Amino acid sequence: MNKLHSMSFGALMAATALPALAADLEVTHWWTAGAEAAGIRVIADAFQKSGNTWVDGAIAGAGGAARPLITSRITGGDPMGATQFTHSAAMRELIEAGFMRDVTEIAEAQGWKEQIFPQSLLESCTFEGKLYCVPSNIHSQQWLWLNNAAFEENGLTVPQYWDEFVAAGPVLREKGIIPLAQGQQAWQIQLMFNVLMVSIGGPDLFDKVYGDLDAEYAAGAEVAKVFKAAAEARDLMTGSNVQAWNEAAHLVIDGRAGGQIMGDWVQGEFMQAGLKAGADFSCLPGLGVHEYITAAGDAFYFPKVEDAEITAAQDALASAIVAPITQVDFTAAKGALPVRRDVELSNPTPCMEKGMEILKAGQVVESVNTMVSPDTVGRVTDLVVEFFADPGFVPETAQKEFAEIIATAD
Amino acid sequence: MSQSGKPTGLFKNLSAKIAAIPMVLTALVIFVGCSVWTIVFSFTNSRLLPSANWVGLDQYERLWSTRRWMISIENLAIYGILMLILALVVGFLLAALIDQKIRFEDGFRTIFLYPYALSFIVTGLVWQWLLNPEFGVQNAVRNLGFETFSFDPLYNPDTVLYGVLIAGLWHTSGLVMCLMLAGLRGIDEDVWKATKIDGIPAWKTYIVVVIPMMRPVFITTLVLVTSGIIKLYDLVIAQTGGGPGLASEVPAKFVFDMMFVSQNLAQGFAASTMMLVAVIFVIIPWAYLEFGGKKHG
Repeated sequence: MNKLHSMSFGALMAATALPALAADLEVTHWWTAGAEAAGIRVIADAFQKSGNTWVDGAIAGAGGAARPLITSRITGGDPMGATQFTHSAAMRELIEAGFMRDVTEIAEAQGWKEQIFPQSLLESCTFEGKLYCVPSNIHSQQWLWLNNAAFEENGLTVPQYWDEFVAAGPVLREKGIIPLAQGQQAWQIQLMFNVLMVSIGGPDLFDKVYGDLDAEYAAGAEVAKVFKAAAEARDLMTGSNVQAWNEAAHLVIDGRAGGQIMGDWVQGEFMQAGLKAGADFSCLPGLGVHEYITAAGDAFYFPKVEDAEITAAQDALASAIVAPITQVDFTAAKGALPVRRDVELSNPTPCMEKGMEILKAGQVVESVNTMVSPDTVGRVTDLVVEFFADPGFVPETAQKEFAEIIATAD
Repeated sequence: MSQSGKPTGLFKNLSAKIAAIPMVLTALVIFVGCSVWTIVFSFTNSRLLPSANWVGLDQYERLWSTRRWMISIENLAIYGILMLILALVVGFLLAALIDQKIRFEDGFRTIFLYPYALSFIVTGLVWQWLLNPEFGVQNAVRNLGFETFSFDPLYNPDTVLYGVLIAGLWHTSGLVMCLMLAGLRGIDEDVWKATKIDGIPAWKTYIVVVIPMMRPVFITTLVLVTSGIIKLYDLVIAQTGGGPGLASEVPAKFVFDMMFVSQNLAQGFAASTMMLVAVIFVIIPWAYLEFGGKKHG
């Protein structure tokens, strides 16, 4: 009995020895795939060093399921301590409505303005001169991932740009290989379409369509090329009957498919499967045509809360995320690019190096999510989802309907 | 309260009325109140958050010119009609067969009713695997030696609805069977004896005598199955996610996607208002027939 007493006394001492302000911070995120989960653990460990406790709120199902859940918890008055989110117009509305906490003070104290690169990461979550997010990593979407063996074993050279890839399609098809593996979920189809828009059409075209919302231009000959490429992609992906992006990636990894258009987070899956960048798989930023990438990436946002302890824990998390050491370990685990330029990547893959070069050259485009409202993205998604599923949907009709959406977009 | 000996009309059955208050409040505030609120805000241009910026019928104009909405309605109509007919037919047949005083009746009843204990999400996932060409039926038959056998309903836009229908039917027909069985057991033995004496064949007795006598059971079943059809959502999410393309989209999914993914509340409200209108169109004639008819004999 005495022993028990002294034990509980010891535990009490240990508890009081912790910093005075220590709180449980619930952090929601949708990083559940292998490499992503490894990444979030790095952040969690760095955060726990501050004496606070990380309460993991993982929500499976990427942006489609997690976003509505996160936004409705914030709007519904049950905010989490912090949440991962992507830069988007969606978050802007929450900020405008006053649900989110601004972190300008921490940013100024730690000199993020000088460290964070590219600056657009901060600009896209700055509202009325105040900063509302902590960028954690950069992800780019404009990549074509290729399984080298699928091409070489069938007497082909690994394609260097989109047209070569299209030309290789029939040969792969003859050998029973699906040329292009794509998950069927709506967001992936939308991602692929907008990747074609940037990569085949180029950054100026992309900006005219989504930035200026020029409907006449969107109906014109330049954008027609994008729809022609989309129709080609549609033929190439026949037979790719999988739903999730990592299932599609595994078709490529197993050599049952030639390539996949997907963001750089796919690289984590390739590497976890034991493949080597360059030797076993290749990556073509901008599909080898226009080497421009979105530098939107992920960020953490903090809902406004009354509790001072939680606010302090939020500060600790914000500092932990941008700390150089976290940046190196975290981005290495997740297969992403760091948000600061003063860190040295440990063992970067050739693909990550390419990505870094493109970033440093400033060949960056805005993400469609920050340019137009979620409603417009939704309408474009519905259109392209229908287009990619129905081989009878002619590109000209699709382009006409696309231009109509752009005409009324906001 | 207790000045007079006899309670007045208002205080008659007072305890019963007090007990009913929570439910009455729930019905008024949650069902009626929220429905009215939804309808009112469908005339605004609310996006992520409700705002009172009136735009008249714009949301409805947009809704009815959206192809995805039209596809959703068409899909629900096809699914609904087939589901209603097949669930009743299959349920009744199962019940009639079980009613033949077979052995292990309890066992069969449990097996048939069991799917109903599963959620739609689980049902959907199970059938997604079963119908998946890589793991499911197609693979099993091919392993038996039929190399060219092809069965892939969920990835073909023309057949995907039937793939969802199979799962829905599997889930629901057990419950229909139980209701029907209860109805059949409620039929007096003498009816069967009388028709037997008259030499009427059993199938004819079912159709001409027994089914008309089971009208209340059929109506209950109809309401249960119909409400299940209109709220069809989780099954589609688990099985197809609305795909391929838009081939298995349904109105409830349209509403959810509009409200929470596209963050266009008003458009979602307009769509859910249209769903409510459709339900009212079904319920009013039915209620009239069911409750209005009784009073007039």
